[in-house]
Amino acid sequence: MSRIASTFAHLAQAGRKALIPFFTAGDPDPASAVPMMHALVRGGADILELGVPFSDPMADGPVIQRSSERALVHGTSLTQVIGMARDFRKTDNTTPVVLMGYANPIERMGYETFATAAQQAGIDGVLVVDYPPEECEDLVACLRAHQIDAIFLLSPTSTDARVQAVGRLASGYVYYVSLRGVTGAGHIDTNEVATQVARIRHHVSVPVGVGFGIRDGATARAISAVADAIVVGSRVVLEIEAGGAVDGAARIEVVMQEFRSAMDSGTAH
Amino acid sequence: MKLYDLPDARGHFGPYGGTFVAETLIAALDNLRENYLRLKDDPAFQQELAYELAHYVGRPSPIYFARRITEKAGGAQIFLKREDLNHTGAHKVNSTVGMAMVARHMGKKRVIAETGAGQHGVASATVAARYGMECVVYMGAEDVKRQAQNVYRMKLLGATVVPVESGSRTLKDALNEAMRDWVTNIQDTFYIIGTVAGPHPYPMMVRDFNAIVGKECVVQMPEMCGRQPDAVLACVGGGSNAMGIFHPYIPHESVRLIGVEAGGEGINTGRHSASLSAGTPGVLHGNRTYLLQDENGQIIETHSISAGLDYPGVGPEHAWLKDTGRAEYVSVTDEEALQAFHDLCRMEGIIPALESSHALAHAMKMAADMRPDQILLVNLSGRGDKDMATVAAHMGMVV
Repeated sequence: MSRIASTFAHLAQAGRKALIPFFTAGDPDPASAVPMMHALVRGGADILELGVPFSDPMADGPVIQRSSERALVHGTSLTQVIGMARDFRKTDNTTPVVLMGYANPIERMGYETFATAAQQAGIDGVLVVDYPPEECEDLVACLRAHQIDAIFLLSPTSTDARVQAVGRLASGYVYYVSLRGVTGAGHIDTNEVATQVARIRHHVSVPVGVGFGIRDGATARAISAVADAIVVGSRVVLEIEAGGAVDGAARIEVVMQEFRSAMDSGTAH
Repeated sequence: MKLYDLPDARGHFGPYGGTFVAETLIAALDNLRENYLRLKDDPAFQQELAYELAHYVGRPSPIYFARRITEKAGGAQIFLKREDLNHTGAHKVNSTVGMAMVARHMGKKRVIAETGAGQHGVASATVAARYGMECVVYMGAEDVKRQAQNVYRMKLLGATVVPVESGSRTLKDALNEAMRDWVTNIQDTFYIIGTVAGPHPYPMMVRDFNAIVGKECVVQMPEMCGRQPDAVLACVGGGSNAMGIFHPYIPHESVRLIGVEAGGEGINTGRHSASLSAGTPGVLHGNRTYLLQDENGQIIETHSISAGLDYPGVGPEHAWLKDTGRAEYVSVTDEEALQAFHDLCRMEGIIPALESSHALAHAMKMAADMRPDQILLVNLSGRGDKDMATVAAHMGMVV
């Protein structure tokens, strides 16, 4: 069983939901990445989404754009990010690591080279923001051959036919983007999310994570009551921005604790 | 050549093009595609468009024989397709009128656009004023500083200009920001992309609206010279004016199609915008195409004296035409383009856009090695009023 599947299986047994933080690898500098990954796990994260910085993050709001720019000042490359995952694996062989980023760095590296390196580094899943299912059949086949899960986005505007198409390709989990717009935007509507997650579950057999707009313990608790996982990006990145290389890791560990306790108290009721 | 009928249903030109966007944009693009495909074959829509092009844009644009430029080049005859005479001064208005009409039919009350030098922003603000729509133009903060006059023109036309502070603060970042606005305000907003790039259906739709340029030439050239030209030349940044004049000529196999990219300070200096001549395939702004990128797949900063060519990608159909050999792509430097700019000013009384000057520069080079009975047709895609400050600065003057 893959690390992602077994993580969800264990959580389900315990009656808990997955907490999935995102941060941009290399922000504020490459040396901080691995300590930050461990800090997130200590704080209660179940799966880590490691952002691969890109020069043109079209689907991201200002918070994650800035983090990408900070990481690129140090020239953080896809090769380096894979290396960070490999270093993390030296002392943590259970927490799943998912790479999240844009298509072009992967196109540049080549699918086979990428999938081979990612597998060797112990990476469990890949989410490419600008690869909708119809444009990435070759990459998905390549990832499968290397036992890596292909994770896809779904949105409020995804038709049932598209949800079904994603359901056929997706493994690991699917990531439901709960708001129109870019990362870091607006406020989340729990009832709307509940309806959409139910619709997705009708067509998709893997767990459903929800992200975009989850910024505090209260929203985390509310959303985790209706989904299998919550994804927290902008809030984590803001803490890193505020704390920098000195305090960033400590701050995100505290944020994870806040979300973790809110989520676990929510499901206990 | 077999029947040319691209893109395919999913927007692919061979391996290029496609729909490389986040899931959040897919429904909007599907909706746009369905609406566009319906309107494209709707006689009433086409009649309405023809009226606008005739009475608002001022089409058809004439073809002009540049006699003195021909004499200077000393070989083939050089003809100019006068897109500079359009309302707003460039070919851009062909597609902004078309897209604003599509927006109207879709019931959108707000249009957004990205712009580099400001020409597409002005053309978008113009049609928004014409149709009574709200218009927001995203422009890199660097470009806002460099193109103060065009910023003011857009404001006069009632548009809001938003300076973009992210990334390299230029055209590509303005495009990113416009996409972010679109995904946030998808219900009431239409995105008027400025070139034949972006996700499907944009490369096809922008090409179709600009193809009026080539369609006119196919009729005008035989009337004027008794035959089609030996080659058609156009500058290529994103590639909309070039696709517009090339597309109707693709089935005319004897006509060479030559795209001229911005060689900047020279391809070997690395300071240029020649994606097809010096780039490699990748994915940016919703499509797969040739890109200027580093070894890690990050997009690199480009350079050209002409802001309209200063873009690290290129329309995917050009990528396909390059690979198949149907079109050829070359580059000319800033200096060569400036020389052609001055030649056209002084010898024909036409002030061309610096973008179009690239195509003219290559035509003059080519013509020298051709016979006087041979014919080159250059798309003079815009006029140079906007370039006064740039050219003056290059000559060490302030205007």
